[in-house]
Amino acid sequence: MVAGEPSPRVFKLAIAALGGQGGGVLTQWLLNAAEASEFIAQATSVPGVAQRTGATLYYLEFFPRAAAEEAGGDPVLALMPQPGDVDLVVASELMEAGRAMQRGLVTRDRTTLVASTHRVFTIGEKSALGDGLADSDSVLQVARATAKRLVALDMEALAREHRSVISSVVLGALAGAGALPFAAEACEQAIRASGRALERNLAAYEAGRARAEAAAGGDAPVASPNSASLYDPVPVPRNPKAKALMERVSKEFPGACADLLGIGVHRLVDYQNHRYAGLYLDRLRSILELDSAARQYTLLLETARGLALWMSYEDTARVADLKTRAARFARVQAEVGAGRGRLMRIVDYLSPRVEEICGSLPAWLGAPLMRWGFTRRIVQAFTGGRKISTDRFWGYLLMRAMARTRVWRLSSLRHREENARIREWLATLVELAPQDYELAVEMAACQQLVKGYGETFERGLSRYRAIDEALPTLRNGSNPASALRELRDAALADEEGRKFEATLDRLCENRPAA
Amino acid sequence: MAERSFAKEVELLRLTAGEEFRGEGILAVTKALLQSGVAYVAGYQGAPVSHLMDVLADAGEILKELGVHFESSASEATAAATLAASINYPLRGAVTWKSTVGTNVASDALGNLASAGVKGGALIILGEDYGEGSSIMQERTHAFAMKSQLWLLDPKPRLDSIVTAVQQSFELSEASNTPVMLMLRIRACHLHGSFVASDNRRPPFTAADALKAPQRDPSRIILPPYTYEQEREKTEQRWPAAVRFIRENRLNEFIDGPESDLGIVLQGGLYNGVVRALEHLGLADAFGASRLPLYVLNATYPLVEEEFVRFATGKRALLIVEEGQPEHIEQAAHQFLRRADLQTRVLGKGPFPMAGEYTGAVLKEGIRAFVEEHSPRLLNPVTEQPLLPASQLASAVPERPSGLCTGCPERPLFSSLKLLQKEIGPVHVSADIGCHSFASLEPFHLGASILGYGLGSAAASALHSRGDRRPVSIMGDGGFWHNGLTSGIGNAVFNEHDGVTIIVDNGYAAATGGQWVPSSEADAPRRTARLSIADAVRGVGVRWVRSLNTYDMKGTLRILREAMSTREKGPKVIVAQGECQLNRQRRIRPLLDRLRKAGKRVARKHYGVDAETCTGDHSCIRLSGCPSLTVKPNPDPLRRAPVAAVDHDCVGCGVCGEVAHAAILCPSFYHAELVDNPGAIEQFMQGLRRALIGFLQRRTQRKRALAW
Ligand code: SF4
Ligand code: SF4
Repeated sequence: MVAGEPSPRVFKLAIAALGGQGGGVLTQWLLNAAEASEFIAQATSVPGVAQRTGATLYYLEFFPRAAAEEAGGDPVLALMPQPGDVDLVVASELMEAGRAMQRGLVTRDRTTLVASTHRVFTIGEKSALGDGLADSDSVLQVARATAKRLVALDMEALAREHRSVISSVVLGALAGAGALPFAAEACEQAIRASGRALERNLAAYEAGRARAEAAAGGDAPVASPNSASLYDPVPVPRNPKAKALMERVSKEFPGACADLLGIGVHRLVDYQNHRYAGLYLDRLRSILELDSAARQYTLLLETARGLALWMSYEDTARVADLKTRAARFARVQAEVGAGRGRLMRIVDYLSPRVEEICGSLPAWLGAPLMRWGFTRRIVQAFTGGRKISTDRFWGYLLMRAMARTRVWRLSSLRHREENARIREWLATLVELAPQDYELAVEMAACQQLVKGYGETFERGLSRYRAIDEALPTLRNGSNPASALRELRDAALADEEGRKFEATLDRLCENRPAA
Repeated sequence: MAERSFAKEVELLRLTAGEEFRGEGILAVTKALLQSGVAYVAGYQGAPVSHLMDVLADAGEILKELGVHFESSASEATAAATLAASINYPLRGAVTWKSTVGTNVASDALGNLASAGVKGGALIILGEDYGEGSSIMQERTHAFAMKSQLWLLDPKPRLDSIVTAVQQSFELSEASNTPVMLMLRIRACHLHGSFVASDNRRPPFTAADALKAPQRDPSRIILPPYTYEQEREKTEQRWPAAVRFIRENRLNEFIDGPESDLGIVLQGGLYNGVVRALEHLGLADAFGASRLPLYVLNATYPLVEEEFVRFATGKRALLIVEEGQPEHIEQAAHQFLRRADLQTRVLGKGPFPMAGEYTGAVLKEGIRAFVEEHSPRLLNPVTEQPLLPASQLASAVPERPSGLCTGCPERPLFSSLKLLQKEIGPVHVSADIGCHSFASLEPFHLGASILGYGLGSAAASALHSRGDRRPVSIMGDGGFWHNGLTSGIGNAVFNEHDGVTIIVDNGYAAATGGQWVPSSEADAPRRTARLSIADAVRGVGVRWVRSLNTYDMKGTLRILREAMSTREKGPKVIVAQGECQLNRQRRIRPLLDRLRKAGKRVARKHYGVDAETCTGDHSCIRLSGCPSLTVKPNPDPLRRAPVAAVDHDCVGCGVCGEVAHAAILCPSFYHAELVDNPGAIEQFMQGLRRALIGFLQRRTQRKRALAW
């Protein structure tokens, strides 16, 4: 007998997993379930090295034993999936589903795709200087368009909920999706037979099954892991001064900006005081005058966002303040205490540099200390890595004392420097906006370069400065706004600044060597 | 101790005649060895044959019952030399390693073994790591077979075929007095399937028998005049004997098909893939009945000229399906047909690409092209499923390279090296093979070359110039004991190198599954461990030797600085210690669980990042790259970049804190100490602290609330 087309009776299943997710165990369960259900089963994988990272593909084929006996032969089962010839693809992470689709394993005519929607970020995504996360939505969209049927659920969350492993949930999801050639009971039986951590594994299996069954009916709404959960909305103020500030926001500024400005005001009251938040609004007024509803207040919004961040720069007082709050203790408890054990200690890793110590002193004291070598050396003695037990009494008091330095914050050396930079930035925006609105918006967005601590901060600042200096040259070019955007992206491209230097060289040809 | 315990698999080795074996390909090979009456087994671990070694290491009892000698060799060269026992005695022996890297290492011994010839069956089981995800350079084992006159079997990827091939290898070896290589592709090694077992056999002749009556045959010595005699013997006796055995025992298979004017010649290992490709083209069914005749080479060296000619006779064209390059089989086919004056066309590379794995898609395309050219009517106009345009996802799906594990002790070492370079400028780093080779990937980008296992130090030999920045070589403990002690360290002393060598001492051959090495802190049964690397290094004459704990980054940086600047002459060797975290967790987890259950105090650390103070620049990730140090959406609506976050798998190794301090990163890191079964006093004190601090916290909170 020679078939005219691929034999429909070999069932083909590919599992796209990550190292350490238990793909081997899952494969074994599936094999056992298939063999118990009278299938001839074969599986292969390329597990690579023992390390718990990297993507791994397992491939299984099942053939009904009865059909083989009837034909009087042994089926020849393949060791790798053929693009366009897979019945069921399981991905235990969203991007691995994407990779499987990229390899052509998912096709509209026959492939059921069962995918977990959670993300395990790759090192490339994580190490970007800014936001380097891949676009989950587009992968889901393609999945919906490409698979015959998509069953998507957050398997990782279910595994965690039941304190089990993701492979149990995956097996449950497979059973629940009804896409296997044998009964769900066989899968359950396979887990039972394997013994270890039985109760939890079964619970996770059951959860996966139920969820997939529900999801298989309709297209379950899938939360995109990229979208940030917003802060709680700004609470209604009670303090008269705070009330006055919020009134200013609603009276003096367009409604479209009220939310963002409200957050800014709230942040700065929390950071310093009402006067300081008032200054924030005063500063934004000068931008508002240059903006318009026709432009959807793009400049104002971008400036409001950047200004709030810049005015609440992370100095020692701020960091100590945030770290000593009750809410923070609770958060730590929730984050790490979810497992077993009682939380007995929180240790913070601080490493102040001369700049931070002098910066937090009043300018009259900090500036001279910074200036001379021998005084710097004295300050040096207080620098270096420090571990502080913030939830022990003395550690807490020390942190609290640091937090209290905010009473002289506005006359500190750091504030003098930051304030000067902020004013310069705003002046630049005011100057640019009437002539080249787009350019002003891009410049406003450059605030995001000035962030972080220590060396990161210095690096960002120096790139910001280089951009600031390049502005006059850029303005002579044909499209200053897009040039600036390009430069800003380049500044976030790599730590060493190779791309940034190259871009700068290209955009400003006769620039003196850096 | 290996990565997994193989107690269950060991039971499979006990199956008796008629019982069904269900399991992995490489375990089937192990069982087949015992069924063949093997007297000794040796090898060096490496994917995909590590499990063979691991299972036998756990199978002490069975081996003892059967009287089989087993050892974990120091290197592939050692393993190959072990086969010398079969030169003079009728002992069946098997060795295993990863090819072609291991075969390269073993080739000195292999060449001599092949020249001397064997009395007892000598089998070399090769795990081929060719194609997708391979971690080694891409070469063919076939060339070794040709140059040394070793026979090469490449059986169909089915467990029963593989098991038969093991049995036949021994017979072939004995019939032709030549060692036989059995190559198994990585997927075949990890193939789960079944076969019907036979009884294990005690070796009829043992090492004890040999030692009682030592034999010696001068004509087996590699010295003139015997060497020339051996070469003559190879071509005049052993080769014809092998060809005869292969032909008479029908090692190769002929599968008939109605389209008799065409034919496909294929390596046995590709059989399943070829049948599937034919099935896709409508030229075969699920059981392997093919329209095109097939000639399946389960023995790919030596080729049987007569069989080739017989298959080609009456055919217009042959397609040779042969993975890798150069295309040795195709070249031989041309020669055979020329000699027989047959006009059959031979195609191979052409329809198939010269380089790269023969995946399902490649096989299908190659066969289609061949059939289209010679018999287009056979092809149905197939309606192909339009595949998804990959471009649609190309940018969306990020690469996922391998990397060091969560809490790996090597990470802080490489972070320190990165910081060192910030201080003194870029240095030349000569990398080696092992987990540490991942340092050449993101986020470390360390390592300019990888030349072979244990050769990190040797590979920096030419880069020595006094007064300039010293080169840094990396070597793992596995590579060090494999050959690095002599090829790298001894050589550096002898030639007065000035460079720095870092020996990564994580206690295991970690990349291959956590096998013991001589310096493991192990009470290994039947082996002596706990040898000191530092002593060994001093023993070959190194004067500047320092040991360090990689998790102490400050100390590490200090020693690195010293190594780069000391006036001490000669090589500088640093033994960087830190137990492989994967194996450590495997070791201590059950221990801690037991203590916890017994009500004992158990403390552990968990690291974290304060999202409120994290500014999302990810400097920490670029310095460490721990899988557990990841990112999450920024909870601050004003910020855009995701913040750093530590996930639940953090093992509390402490590197996050060390990096934050050593690189003066940021104040966002903290660690929390979690205690099970805390003592009464401890609990009381904690309660007191919480009360006092809580009081103060509430006061400030009230004040803060009043301001809004
Ligand atoms: S402390 Fe940091 S480096 Fe160590 S395991 Fe936890 S997250 Fe990874
Ligand atoms: S934890 Fe620190 S170094 Fe890491 S991204 Fe956040 S601020 Fe940067």
